[in-house]
Amino acid sequence: MTTTFEINGRKVTIKAPDDSPLLWAIRDEVGLTGSKFGCGIGACGACTVHLNGEAVRSCVTPVNAAAGAKVTTIEGLDPKGAHPLQVAWIKAQAPQCGYCQSGQIMQAAALLKTTPNPTDAQINDAMNGNLCRCMAYVRIKQAIKLAAGSQGSRA
Amino acid sequence: MNAMPIPSPTATTRRGFMITVAAAGAMMGLAAPIGAEAAEGFEPTIWYRIGRDGTVTVNVIRAEMGQHVGTAIARIVADELEADWSKVKIDHVDSAAKWGLMVTGGSWSVWQSYPLMSQAGAAGRITLIEEGAKLLGLDPKACTARNGAVSGGGKSISYGDIVARGNMGRTFTADELGKLPIKPASERRLIGKASTQLDIPAKVDGTALYGLDAKVPGMVFARPKIPPTRNQSKVVSIDDSAAKAVPGYISSLALDDPSNTVPGWVMVFADSFVAANNACDLVKVNWTSGETAKTSEADLQKRSAELIADPKAGSLVVEDPGVDAAFAAAKSKLERTYTTASALHFQMEPVNALAFEKDGVMEIHTGNQWQSLALPWLSKALGRPEDKIVLKSYMLGGGFGRRLNGDYAVPAALAAKAIGKPVKMVCTRSDDTLFDSFRSPSVQVVKMAFGEGGKVTAMDHAAAAGWPTQVMAPFFMPKGANDVAYDPFAISGANHWYSVGAQRVRAVPNDLANIAFRPGWLRSVGPGWTNWAVESFMDEAALAAGKDPLAFRLAMLDGAGRNAGSAPNAVGGAKRQAAVLARLAKKVGWGQALPKNTGLGLATTFGQERDMPTWVACAARVNVDPVTGAVKVEKLTLVVDAGTIVSPDGALAQMEGAALWGMSLALFEGTQFADGQVQDTNLDSYTPLRMADVPEIEVEFIESTEAPVGLGEPATTVVGPAIGNAIFRASGARVRHLPIRPDAVLTALKTRA
Repeated sequence: MTTTFEINGRKVTIKAPDDSPLLWAIRDEVGLTGSKFGCGIGACGACTVHLNGEAVRSCVTPVNAAAGAKVTTIEGLDPKGAHPLQVAWIKAQAPQCGYCQSGQIMQAAALLKTTPNPTDAQINDAMNGNLCRCMAYVRIKQAIKLAAGSQGSRA
Repeated sequence: MNAMPIPSPTATTRRGFMITVAAAGAMMGLAAPIGAEAAEGFEPTIWYRIGRDGTVTVNVIRAEMGQHVGTAIARIVADELEADWSKVKIDHVDSAAKWGLMVTGGSWSVWQSYPLMSQAGAAGRITLIEEGAKLLGLDPKACTARNGAVSGGGKSISYGDIVARGNMGRTFTADELGKLPIKPASERRLIGKASTQLDIPAKVDGTALYGLDAKVPGMVFARPKIPPTRNQSKVVSIDDSAAKAVPGYISSLALDDPSNTVPGWVMVFADSFVAANNACDLVKVNWTSGETAKTSEADLQKRSAELIADPKAGSLVVEDPGVDAAFAAAKSKLERTYTTASALHFQMEPVNALAFEKDGVMEIHTGNQWQSLALPWLSKALGRPEDKIVLKSYMLGGGFGRRLNGDYAVPAALAAKAIGKPVKMVCTRSDDTLFDSFRSPSVQVVKMAFGEGGKVTAMDHAAAAGWPTQVMAPFFMPKGANDVAYDPFAISGANHWYSVGAQRVRAVPNDLANIAFRPGWLRSVGPGWTNWAVESFMDEAALAAGKDPLAFRLAMLDGAGRNAGSAPNAVGGAKRQAAVLARLAKKVGWGQALPKNTGLGLATTFGQERDMPTWVACAARVNVDPVTGAVKVEKLTLVVDAGTIVSPDGALAQMEGAALWGMSLALFEGTQFADGQVQDTNLDSYTPLRMADVPEIEVEFIESTEAPVGLGEPATTVVGPAIGNAIFRASGARVRHLPIRPDAVLTALKTRA
């Protein structure tokens, strides 16, 4: 009934049933509300966080799957909120309502880690599971390309 | 929703059928004293205050749901105030009587705010120049205000210093405020210029707070059991024996709702959302359901068709003399029927609310688009006056009209009252969807009469659907020519700007839909189906008349008679619609040969309503697979004339999102009502457009200094018919139902002429 993991560099112990979704542990127990609840079946991506560096849908990830692992949420992506994707997201003025954007950014961050300069098709493949109901897709894609470009130039 | 019932302060010719002087006064913010010096600084009107450090905080009564509305409104104020933009902040205020009508919808926000916020800004500027001049020892006439400071004779003083040192007691009567001149377009310094949106930084680092994020110590979580029918359900018994095994489960309670907003609701309480969610699945409720427990989509559409067939049903929104005579004398006639399926809001944040009593006031923390509509419901439900209830403002995880209907606030508040503790109600996605006030399915019959040489002599358009305004806000319904009230939001679009000879528009409420579910306002409301019919029909009529669809439309957009337009909002009338269409045709190379199975389709609209026209034209280029019937949209091109554009990048974002919304509704969405509820409740079967489906999009704005109008909705309504017309031009298949599925295209291919 207790699970210990590291979230954004901080060790936490959660009292919750083992099969309780990680999302609600993060939101209601740890108190980080940047990760959102959208569909509850892992099909919208608003709850996307990193588990040991990989993008997962925290609404369908049992909390005990995080035992001993490192969890990163939007709040921990960059200490100053200035990850190249966050900078690019502002530059592209990507969000509309913003509700899905934490998940979009976390998904894109996982993509850029493995694929620093993704093609359009690679972006579509990686991002197609993240619904943006405002349909700000044009700018989300633009922001990913901007961030990829800025990372490339730094390398 | 469109803009009919609410006045613009400059729109003296509007049909102000529900507007009282008192309401208009309240809307203009005159209920509170003007010119009061607030403790924290200078507050020349209720709409903003200037602190002693020069910070300008603009009070925004509109909900932020992705349109960056606060930035647009603040730039209107700041432009006229001659403020330093770097010192401007926005505050999305909580509900209060002093704000007057609080609603965010209809693509109204900028249009309604523009004159009022400009004049509020001017009032501050005038006062600051007067006081600044005194402090500088100058004649006010020798001083100018610019960039947050008053200057003259080589000297300058900042707004902050004026507020700190001046006598800021100048007051403006309502009349004086209303008469303050607004700067000419040539003097605009912020309006129309590039800017970034003030709400965006918090949306990329997880700090933006939505209703779902609201919390208070000691709150209890609740998830509802959604009854089998939206109306008329009654709880017979609750069996929570299995739920008692869930750690953290507290209790289940049938709500007693004097407002009848949520009949048959049971709330399941627990000490966490996870426990409430799990327990809710185990609680068994025995209901008696309403008479619509077996109602299906087909039943709803059959009822609409029956009502349309009765010429006495409904309200005559347009009734020119001579319609029947023109049809009787016609050389030829065309009649077509168009339908649309139920469509969900599916805003990403499921509806939720936190409610608790504090200092004798029931606080409700949730995102909401129409506080003034929800407060009377809450008052009736709770048995307490509206001034003892406050709706606290949050970011909205999508609005799209879902949160115009604030019904979800009621069960949370009732639950908090019943158990005497703060209650955080969270709906799961399927709860949200079953409780959605979705877009009603619709049936429309459109007829046209042609005289010599294919000349259009008459048009008759009847549209039937569930009417959100009749169900939720009947006081907003005007009367038609036959003295029958109608939902203006459910018919707008049919009263188009084409000169078609004698015209009849008949709006018919579907009484079965109105009780089977709660019809909702979904982004654009009526034009989402009326434009599907009008613009599909225009291509069919052009074909029947042997004319090109572009030339056919342009000939009827002649600006004659009632289509001439009028100041201040519709200057130029149909000629401006013709202009965007002609510009679009040029952009897309209308008439050029296209590859096999590829077609270009046109559609145009005046947006949300005749009194606030946003002129839009759209071309869709699609490819139709003749084997599978699959439709691939390759490109959407849009040209829009929305008058003055306050926030250009925000305007572009709205056009991009709205166009994709229109495409999603046309090809990817749509559900079916069956056994009293919608059948698709989550993303496993409801499939809005995703990134990989996005076509190339090109948007062009016509430069204009006319009155700014709305941009949130108009583009949603042209994409569907543009796609339908493109499918026909690519393949010869004419589809008349939304959404367009491949099997419908295949069927149409087999039956093409």
